[in-house]
Amino acid sequence: MLEIRWHSRAGQGAVTGAKGLADVISTTGKHVQAFAFYGSAKRGAAMTAYNRVNDEVIMNHEKYMEPDYVFVIDPALVYTTDVTINAKENTIFIITTHMTKEDLIASQPKLEGKTVYTVDCIKIAQETIGRAIPNTPMLGAFMKISEMYDIEFFKESMKRILAKLPQKIVDANMLAIQRAYDEVK
Amino acid sequence: MAFDKVELKDIEVWDGNFAASQALRQCQIDVVAAYPITPSTPIVEGYGNMKANNQIEGEFVMVESEHAAMSGCIGAAAAGGRVATATSSQGYALMVETLYQASGMRLPIVLNVVNRALAAPLNVNGDHSDMYLGRDSGWIQLDAYCPQDAYDLNFIAFKVAEDHDIRLPAMVHQDGFMTSHTAQGVHTLDDDTAYGFVGDFQPMNDMLDFEHPVTHGVQTEEDWHFEHKARQHNDLMTKVLPKIQTAFDDFEKISGRKYNLVEKYDMDDADVAVVCMGTSVETAREVAGEMRAKGIKAGVVGIRVVRPFPFFEIAEALKEVKAIAALDRSSPNGAPGMLFNEIAGALFNTDTKALLSGYVYGLGGRDLTKKHLVDLYTELQANVDAGKVTTQLQQFIGVRGPKLSFL
Repeated sequence: MLEIRWHSRAGQGAVTGAKGLADVISTTGKHVQAFAFYGSAKRGAAMTAYNRVNDEVIMNHEKYMEPDYVFVIDPALVYTTDVTINAKENTIFIITTHMTKEDLIASQPKLEGKTVYTVDCIKIAQETIGRAIPNTPMLGAFMKISEMYDIEFFKESMKRILAKLPQKIVDANMLAIQRAYDEVK
Repeated sequence: MAFDKVELKDIEVWDGNFAASQALRQCQIDVVAAYPITPSTPIVEGYGNMKANNQIEGEFVMVESEHAAMSGCIGAAAAGGRVATATSSQGYALMVETLYQASGMRLPIVLNVVNRALAAPLNVNGDHSDMYLGRDSGWIQLDAYCPQDAYDLNFIAFKVAEDHDIRLPAMVHQDGFMTSHTAQGVHTLDDDTAYGFVGDFQPMNDMLDFEHPVTHGVQTEEDWHFEHKARQHNDLMTKVLPKIQTAFDDFEKISGRKYNLVEKYDMDDADVAVVCMGTSVETAREVAGEMRAKGIKAGVVGIRVVRPFPFFEIAEALKEVKAIAALDRSSPNGAPGMLFNEIAGALFNTDTKALLSGYVYGLGGRDLTKKHLVDLYTELQANVDAGKVTTQLQQFIGVRGPKLSFL
C-alpha cells in the first residue's frame, strides 16, 4: 500500500490533484482511493487530501494515515499546521517553498532528519498557468522523486484528465509538470 | 427529443456522488426535482451538468426546499414517470413529512441519501442519523459501502421500487464524504446494458392516463387508514426481500457483482462478529482478516438492506458465533442502538447463546480507525473467554473524555 497526504489550502487544487493522480494510476491496473478532509472549509482554509494505492482492492476507509509521501503545496502550511504528524521513519516530504532546503529545515525544526525535497510549485504555476494553482506541478515533482511513471506517459495521461479545460491551460499545465519534474531537489 | 449516449471506460475513478449521478443518467429518469445540500449536492449537480450537455432527456426541476423537492417527485411519480432525487441530513429531515406521503401513496421514487449528521451542533460530516430518522417511513432502504455499491444499488432500487408487485419508494444510502467524496475505481455498465436492466418505466395508476381516472392522496379516517397501512407493511414484510434477491441475482448476471440481503465476510467459522453498515463494513473486513492472523476467528456482517429488515437472514448469519458487536453510527438518545435492538429481536427466540453488546461510534464523521476495530475484536474475544459480556452492554467508541458506558 502506498499512502500520500496532501497539505493544501481549499481552492489550491489538492482534491483535483489527488483525484487526477488516482485516475492516472487506475489506468495501470492498480486500485486507488482519493479523499479529503473538508469540514466546512472556506476558500483559503488549511485542508488535507489523501491517496491510497494498492495491488488489492482498498477496503480501508479510516481517515488515519501514516503516509509514505507528504505533499505540501502551500509554503506557509509548514508553519501553521504540523505537516509531520503521523509520519513514519521513511516518509518523504515534497514541499513547495522559495527557500533552499537548508533554510526551510532551519525555519521549521520538525523537518530535521526527515527526507525533504523542495520545489517552488507556486512560482512555477504562476509563470506557466498564470495562477497560483500548485497541484499539477507537485505531481510532476512526485514523478521525479518516486519514479512511478515515465514523465511523458504521465503528461499524456494528465492531458486526458484535463481535456475539458481550454487547450492553452492544458499546455500550460504540461509545462508546469515538466518544470517541477526538472526543478525539484 | 434525442440525447447523447456516453462512452464509459470499464473502470472509472469516481466518487460515490458521481457514481450515483451516472447511474441516474443511465436509468433515463423522467423527472428529477432537487434542492442542494452537503454532501449530496454533487449528485444533482453532476446530473444537471449531464442534462446541460444533452446526455439526459428528462426534466430537471429546481425547487425552493427539500420539502418541495420530494413534493415535486411525488407529483411527477403520481403523474406516471420515473423519478429520483438526492439529499442529506437537514434536507432529509425537512423531507420527512413527504417521505411518508410517497410511501403511503405507493409511488416508486428513488432517493439517494448521502448520510450526514443531524444538528445541533451543525455538522456536515457522515454518520447514519438521517438514515435512522427515516427507518419507519415505509421506504425500502439499501446501503452502499463504497462508490461501486452506490452505483450498482441505484439500478437495484429502480428495478425493485417500480415492480408492480412492490410500488414502494427506495433509498440508496452512502456515507457522507467517506463514500460520497472518496474516489475509487468503479466498474461501469455501458448505457444500453444499464438501461436494459431497469427497463422502460411501466406506469401504474398514473394520473395522466385519462382513460382510467384515479385519485391520489386521499383522506381515510378510522374506517380505512389502518387497512392501507397494514397492506403497505404486509408488502414490505413479504414481497420486497424476495424481489431484491431476484434483482441481485439478475444484476450478477450482467455485472458479475454479487450482492446479498445480509453480507457475510469470514463468517463460516467465526467466533466473534461485528455487525455494521456503510464504509465501516469494509474497514472491519480488513481488520477481521488481520485478527485471524493473530488467532482470533473474526468475521463481519454487513447490513445491505436496512428496511425491510432481513430478520431471518441476520439470525441465520449470526447463529453460530459466540460474541457479537452491533455498531450504530447514530445516537440512540436514550435507548440501545437500532442494530442492537433489531439483532436482539432476531436472535431472541433462537437457540443461540451468543453474547451481544452494542457500540455507538463515528458520530459527526469521527474516524473509525483500524485500531478501534482491533480493540473491539479483542474485547469480543475476551467476552467469549469469560463466557459473559465483560463490559456494560452499550459503549461508545472514539469519543473523548471520561469513558461512557450504559446498561
